[in-house]
Amino acid sequence: MTDVTLAATPSMALLARLREGRTLPVLAVSLILIIAWYVGAIGLNAGLVEQRLEHPTTAEFVAAAWSLDRPVLPAPHQVAIEFYTSVFEREMDSPRSLVYHAYVTGSATLVGFAFGTLLGILLALAIVRSRTLDRSLLPWIIASQTIPILAIAPMIIVVLGNLGLTGLLPKAVISMYLCFFPVAIGMVKGLRSPDPLQLDLMRTYSANPTQTFWKLRWPASMSFLFPSLKVAIAISLVGAIVGELPTGAQEGLGARLLSGSYYGQTVQIWSALLMAALLGMVLVAAVGFVERVVLRHMGGRP
Amino acid sequence: MTSAVAIDIQDLSLTFQTADAPVTALSKVDLQVKNGEFVSLIGPSGCGKTTLMRVMADLVRPTSGSITVNGLSPAEARLARAYGYVFQAPALYAWRTVRRNLMLPLEIMGVPKAEREKRAAQYLAMVGLQDFAGKFPWQLSGGMQQRVSIARALSFEPKLLLMDEPFGALDEITRDHLNEQLLRLWEQTQKTVIFVTHSIPEAVFLSNRIVVMSPRPGRILQVIDSNLPAKRTLDVRETPAFLDIAHRVRQALRTGHSYE
Repeated sequence: MTDVTLAATPSMALLARLREGRTLPVLAVSLILIIAWYVGAIGLNAGLVEQRLEHPTTAEFVAAAWSLDRPVLPAPHQVAIEFYTSVFEREMDSPRSLVYHAYVTGSATLVGFAFGTLLGILLALAIVRSRTLDRSLLPWIIASQTIPILAIAPMIIVVLGNLGLTGLLPKAVISMYLCFFPVAIGMVKGLRSPDPLQLDLMRTYSANPTQTFWKLRWPASMSFLFPSLKVAIAISLVGAIVGELPTGAQEGLGARLLSGSYYGQTVQIWSALLMAALLGMVLVAAVGFVERVVLRHMGGRP
Repeated sequence: MTSAVAIDIQDLSLTFQTADAPVTALSKVDLQVKNGEFVSLIGPSGCGKTTLMRVMADLVRPTSGSITVNGLSPAEARLARAYGYVFQAPALYAWRTVRRNLMLPLEIMGVPKAEREKRAAQYLAMVGLQDFAGKFPWQLSGGMQQRVSIARALSFEPKLLLMDEPFGALDEITRDHLNEQLLRLWEQTQKTVIFVTHSIPEAVFLSNRIVVMSPRPGRILQVIDSNLPAKRTLDVRETPAFLDIAHRVRQALRTGHSYE
């Protein structure tokens, strides 16, 4: 769903891809998807149109299918217009502004991502450091990810709500729950990546474990950390949105999706989805930017 | 603590416990190396030459027998940073520039920053790579990388240099060039060098003494003295004296193989 939304907005796809020199293929794919979307909108909205118009001409039928107030599938331009008005024509702090909702969800995502990254790195350290923890922790870490987040999210919200924690924090906890996993797995691999020769070298210098960690294991793990962080920040966003669903929250992209579906406002749902997709792209791109800066500093090949 | 003997090995044996049967890697090895000597260990794969070097470096422990390095046990010698170890591969850290790779042991040993910079410049110049200080390892050829790793082993000025087939992965032309450079370096610094190699010409060209080893079990077959002139160049390899020593080494290696 997210991919369709992304590719269907050529202007955004263009901006993101332009510098990578892949504009043309992306444009072509976007065009195909938009055409498919328009055709799909006719098919899916046919039932609603038939209820309203008697014996319409083909032109009237198509025009109606693309301009319904509450369509089954809104046409791309309807989503685009709704997106534009709710982003640019509302006050930033108004609850009708998508920028505001994106800010609410984005801040929970970032807090959850920060804690999740920290937790993931700490777990990886413990696992690499001790064989016992490797055997005892890893099965639990893997098991934690087999529980559907939709099942566990309401419990987390309720438990934390009883402790008096509401708003950003419960959502961040759910984000953290999702995003520590790729970080932990990536860092375990990264911290174990130095080859025996590099470790022997440290031994010939009589380096202590702290020195071996900071001068060898930690820098060696960086090229494993960043790919994990990109996955982590994307699912952290998913976690924050999921965390907004069971609370009946008034704010955030998840709340916007939920209220859209309560009132059959499909155009609103789609524009919130579009915003979520854009937010995800921006967050992953930001991690990618930090990755490039750090790895260039560490002598990565251009 | 200084003594005329850099390495003293007596009746040393090492047995690895493997899944099916114990493997005797070294059997009753006796070897004395004097300060300032250049000694090569040569033999076919599996003869224990690398293992013997790893025992000297305290990277493995012997099963029985005694060994001292500069009068200390290998563990004490390692803690005293008495030796520099050059591995088969350069083992440079990819995220450090050449200069910072050189400074790695100095950082670990707590050498002050100004002194670190000075030593890095000095030893990079010694291996002729002063212009590459700011490059990362992948920007250097294999031969250059191995020169950096030699400079790194020299940078903390150990009295003993342990070199485990340092030029094994290089082409012959580069290897010849580095052999000559290493000999000059040894003449300049007067360090004790233990050098593991597969190559007879390399061993003969570089060494005072050549220790010929044989596999299953790893043991010393023969120790051959070499008295080629000091300040020799690669041309020495055409002389009868060189060919004679090379011949004796080859003969000794053949004796080892007749056991199989």
